Amino acid sequence: MNPGPEIEDLLRRVAPQVLAALVRQRGDFEAAEDAVQEALLAAATLWPEHGVPDRPEGWLITVASRRMTDRFRSDHASRQREERLAARTPPDELAAPAADAAAVRPDDTLTLLLLCCHPSLTPPSQIALTLRAVGGLTTAEIARSFLVPEATMAQRISRAKQRIRMAGARFHLPPEDERADRLRSVLHVLYLVFNEGYTATSGPDLHRSDLTREAIRLTRIVRALLPDDGEVAGLLALMLLTDARRPARTRPDGSLVPLAEQDRSLWRREPVEEGIELLTRSLATSPLGPYQVQAAIAAVHAEADRADDTDWAQIVGLYRLLEDLDPSPVVTLNHAVAVAMVHGPRAGLAVIEPLDGDDRMSGHHRLHAVRAHLLEMAGDHEGARSGYLRAARLTTSIPERRYLQGRAARLDDHR
Amino acid sequence: MKYLLLIYSNSPERWEHPIFLRTPEFQAMPEDERAELVERAEALHREIVESGEFVVGTALADPALTRTARPRDGVPAITDGPYVEAKEQLAGYFVIDCDSPERAAEIAAGFPDARLGAVEIRPVMDVSGQEM
Repeated sequence: MNPGPEIEDLLRRVAPQVLAALVRQRGDFEAAEDAVQEALLAAATLWPEHGVPDRPEGWLITVASRRMTDRFRSDHASRQREERLAARTPPDELAAPAADAAAVRPDDTLTLLLLCCHPSLTPPSQIALTLRAVGGLTTAEIARSFLVPEATMAQRISRAKQRIRMAGARFHLPPEDERADRLRSVLHVLYLVFNEGYTATSGPDLHRSDLTREAIRLTRIVRALLPDDGEVAGLLALMLLTDARRPARTRPDGSLVPLAEQDRSLWRREPVEEGIELLTRSLATSPLGPYQVQAAIAAVHAEADRADDTDWAQIVGLYRLLEDLDPSPVVTLNHAVAVAMVHGPRAGLAVIEPLDGDDRMSGHHRLHAVRAHLLEMAGDHEGARSGYLRAARLTTSIPERRYLQGRAARLDDHR
Repeated sequence: MKYLLLIYSNSPERWEHPIFLRTPEFQAMPEDERAELVERAEALHREIVESGEFVVGTALADPALTRTARPRDGVPAITDGPYVEAKEQLAGYFVIDCDSPERAAEIAAGFPDARLGAVEIRPVMDVSGQEM
């Protein structure tokens, strides 16, 4: 079913507000979430034919609310049959919900996001629930994006909702002292959704790049709700600056083009400019955080018209900052590449040396790929070649493997 | 990350699913231990379905029905029997989608088939990749 882009955009925009209004009115997040999905589906079927109602939110709230009541009654009825219990009259407000009573509040979407990214959930569950409850995507769409059957994704979503209930989470903004931490997990989920969509695919796979657009859309919503949060701005800037490179990062056959070899005239200017502007403003007014630093690194790349013009010294400084703020083996690897560009490959190799003893990394293809790259820079072609081949064997990504084998083959030619 | 879990049986002459039920080790166990193992297998299956980690899974027919195709030079050669002659036969498989290699190993080790035969864990290739 395809209701057309305008109705689809409208539905996706109002979905979280409708859900929030319903949860506030009825108190049952699990049932409300299901009912809103059904109402969205009904709207996508009816509106293209009968026109969009004057108050789309009100329409959706009424329909979803009616579904909840129907569901309540039929569950209730089957319970009666099974247990032979006397009838209980549902409370009045369940029978006749007033759409007007469910006023839309701007904070609702934030409350909903915080709930969907509840710390009791695993990241895959947080992602699935966020995309459905806040993004308004159907289970089938989410399943397609993550290349799993719909039943698997439906299970993930219903498990996530159960967990939230069992954790006793309520539809309230968390207390002030917890909010910063909880917001970090929302940003992390949005970052993961973006990355999932940003991976290059060896074939036309539009569903996955939809995730990138969805992550940017949701981050824009958070930004509108929290305009003074530097990390929200930083994450949005990072996404825009990274996504701007999309047209240059794969060849038509789906093979990967590394940053150094990308045709920078293909980078999209508009998101680059928006990203840089966002970042400049947030760096001037907010405390520094890891997303802003990553965005700053992306901005330094974006500002170089040619790879050779890259201000690597500045990038080294930024990676040093990032290692302080949010250290991880991947940050160390990228830091090493930058160090090599400024101080030579041996200095870069020294940076990654400690990772050999890190169990998380010693069998990881990225460590071997970076080391091979640095050895190649240092003129050790034999070492580089075997490093690329080792990395190629360790990756589970088809385009990465092809790319790494290509790097090894290039060295064959020079033997 | 997706993983293919391959469940092997080392007693292909007794074919019945779940395959571990037919192993001599299992049959030699005391009643309560057997019941516990069966219960654990069912619980694990429920767990991975409910968590949304289970993608697909199938039990395979008796190896006596295995045929192998090896067409050469336009001659369609289909022979009875497996590609590789081995005592261990593939009895079934699961595809799971989980958070980490550790979790995949935990699930694999949880099958009674792992204890009584072996379960192989093979990462599935991803069609997408990161910029390098």
